[in-house]
Amino acid sequence: MSVMEQDSAGAPARASLVNDPKVRGLFYQALLIAALVFFGYFIVTNTVANLERQNIASGWGFVENTAGFGIIQSLVPYAETSTYGQAIFVGFLNTLMVAVVGIFFATIIGFVVGIARLSNNWVINQIAYWYVELVRNVPLLLQIFFWYFAVLRAVPGKREKWSLFDTFHLNIAGLRMPKPIWEDGSGFIGIALIIGIVASVVVSRWARKRQDETGQQFPVFWTALGLIIGLPVITYFVTGMPMYLEHPNFVETGPILRRGFELGVGFNLIPEFLALTTALAIYTAAFIAEIVRAGIQAVSHGQTEASHALGLRNGPTLRLVVIPQAMRVIIPPLTSQYLNLTKNSSLAVAIAFPDLVSVGGTVLNQTGQAIEIIAIWMAVYLSLSLITSAFMNWYNQRMALVER
Amino acid sequence: MSKTEVFQVRTEEAPLLPAPISTTGVIGWMRQNLFSSIGNTILTVIGILLAYSMLAPFIQFAFIDAVWTGDNREACLPQDGGHSGACWAYVEAYFPQFIYGRYPVEERYRVDIVYALFALLLVPLAIPSAPFKKINAILFLVVFPIIAYFLLTGLVIGDNVILPIVETAVWGGLLVTLVIAVTGIVASLPLGVALALGRRSKMPIIKLVSIIFIEFWRGVPLITVLFMSSVMLPLFLPEGVTFDKLLRVLIGVTLFSAAYMAEVVRGGLQAIPKGQYEGAMALGLRFWPMMYLIILPQALKLVIPGIVNTFIGLFKDTTLVLIVGMFDLLGQIQSSFTDPTWSTPSQGHTGYLFAAIIFFVFCFGMSRYSIYMEKKLHTGHKR
Repeated sequence: MSVMEQDSAGAPARASLVNDPKVRGLFYQALLIAALVFFGYFIVTNTVANLERQNIASGWGFVENTAGFGIIQSLVPYAETSTYGQAIFVGFLNTLMVAVVGIFFATIIGFVVGIARLSNNWVINQIAYWYVELVRNVPLLLQIFFWYFAVLRAVPGKREKWSLFDTFHLNIAGLRMPKPIWEDGSGFIGIALIIGIVASVVVSRWARKRQDETGQQFPVFWTALGLIIGLPVITYFVTGMPMYLEHPNFVETGPILRRGFELGVGFNLIPEFLALTTALAIYTAAFIAEIVRAGIQAVSHGQTEASHALGLRNGPTLRLVVIPQAMRVIIPPLTSQYLNLTKNSSLAVAIAFPDLVSVGGTVLNQTGQAIEIIAIWMAVYLSLSLITSAFMNWYNQRMALVER
Repeated sequence: MSKTEVFQVRTEEAPLLPAPISTTGVIGWMRQNLFSSIGNTILTVIGILLAYSMLAPFIQFAFIDAVWTGDNREACLPQDGGHSGACWAYVEAYFPQFIYGRYPVEERYRVDIVYALFALLLVPLAIPSAPFKKINAILFLVVFPIIAYFLLTGLVIGDNVILPIVETAVWGGLLVTLVIAVTGIVASLPLGVALALGRRSKMPIIKLVSIIFIEFWRGVPLITVLFMSSVMLPLFLPEGVTFDKLLRVLIGVTLFSAAYMAEVVRGGLQAIPKGQYEGAMALGLRFWPMMYLIILPQALKLVIPGIVNTFIGLFKDTTLVLIVGMFDLLGQIQSSFTDPTWSTPSQGHTGYLFAAIIFFVFCFGMSRYSIYMEKKLHTGHKR
């Protein structure tokens, strides 16, 4: 007792410094910083020493040097005399192109299969189920190889073709299709398209406001469709048809070696691109299908029943009640699937499609600038993923349920 | 005022009539699920046609036209201009290579022992009702890797060669696939737990470092990680220190999957009610005892399906090591295509089909298991 009295008279009993959680926290954090600094120092000194020994000058000077290698598909003008920097930029654009095309098709296939998974029709349901299971459980790289080596090598040779609607032609050199040629004045079509989109947005806002106030509905969808498609079409005719399609020219007569598609006429997608985007779209679509299924199932059946009870028919129920709620569940995992697709497009290197990683690898082999190249890769993919997650957070905040 | 009321009381129930034939049995099922409306009927027909157009060529290729036995390409060449089927004879001839790579023939029993031990320890671990979970887990996660390491690489004590050294360069096939996937997941588990705890820590610097680490590895594709570990890792090391190629890949894969593992574990930690933490603290437990006595056992049990899913992803992703010049199952199959003894038009298709079947069996099995565990673990929590 006497001890306690003594204590209560003075300062409150304090545990020793060793047991103070605050002090311990500071100590552990200091320890972590020290370890990281030491680790960083260790790596940097070793790297500097190793680079010196291998006579590799670190720095970004190499991007100005002539690349000296060709790239089979490029969205911007590129030649062997271009610089390493331009080559990497071409690779970056190709990555983006694969990602955009892949995401487009993956979304379509994924939504169709996801809805088919919920079908009451047993056959459709089972097809969708086995599609998802088969595609999800086989490595993507194997699927890319399958499309590239097994499917696209089995198509007709250079002097023959398979045609669809006489517009799309497939042979071993790739998929050839008409190429739009834009002449002077075609810029107006683009301007008309932008005006159409802006006008649609304005109309839909106005229509919503009017409906909120008066209850009258306005056919927003058809108006928007008319504006977005109609305006450019009218402009096209008014400006005197400044755009035309250049059809590929298939030479069937003459010397054997000259037969086949005329070079530079029409638009050609190389088989590497086709294999990569097909595999990516089909693979990612299986994951998207599961997300869509889960999202729609997450909307409780009571919502549909309530909506029917309010007198809405099947179409409006789906459009106004089920889909908006399902989208809240679908969008976040969907964006991360888009990001996965973009990251997976780096498998292009396995079939030598010139994407960022593939071109970067070539540059790395030629210059030995390992650190810089890997830094570029990491920076590009990291910024893509940060942008995506920033979008996701923004969307989540906007869409989050406002609870009482 | 008595009035005779004549009525009949039935003493026994009338026999139940069978349900209309159109609502029961196969016909009823078909009417309900396949032909309930015109639109549905059209869908059914389209679906059957679609399935037939996919399945028929596949069955034709894999079974009807397939060649099951033979010594070389002669057996598998297409006869008189017809289509050639799968050349299973080639897979049979190459089977040992696909399983062991170029592991020396006389030492392959060691790989077999590792496979057997692996299965022996994994199966009881995976069955929820099997006893001795704790001992089993320690054996599997700690003892087995050490034994497997010495069995696979060899053991030399002093001058006594107990097990001859086998260079990792000759490993290949399923062996490499499993070594990378299993090591990756087992090694990333503790790292992932540490990162997940770090991310939920109240200490700002530890939290920040964990977040940066996790988001960095999750943000980059595995292929750049593999390039990094095979090209950049040697630069980071002092002169003279070199790593085995397989080890470098393993380091990259482990760091990569640790980030994903951390997110899975974090999900489990978040699912534990706050009362558990408070209860543990009220009992006077410090951070680590609280974690390994109260929180982690519950959290890790909850995330078993997530761990299995991560493992499936990693198992599929091991195929990427062929890009940095290693021979996993797919790489081994790919490299067998250069062998002229078996070069036929159907060789590629057969090889890919074989790889697809192996991967599918593994991954599909694991995903079934994950679903089974999820159902088992979520009793009562279901909304």
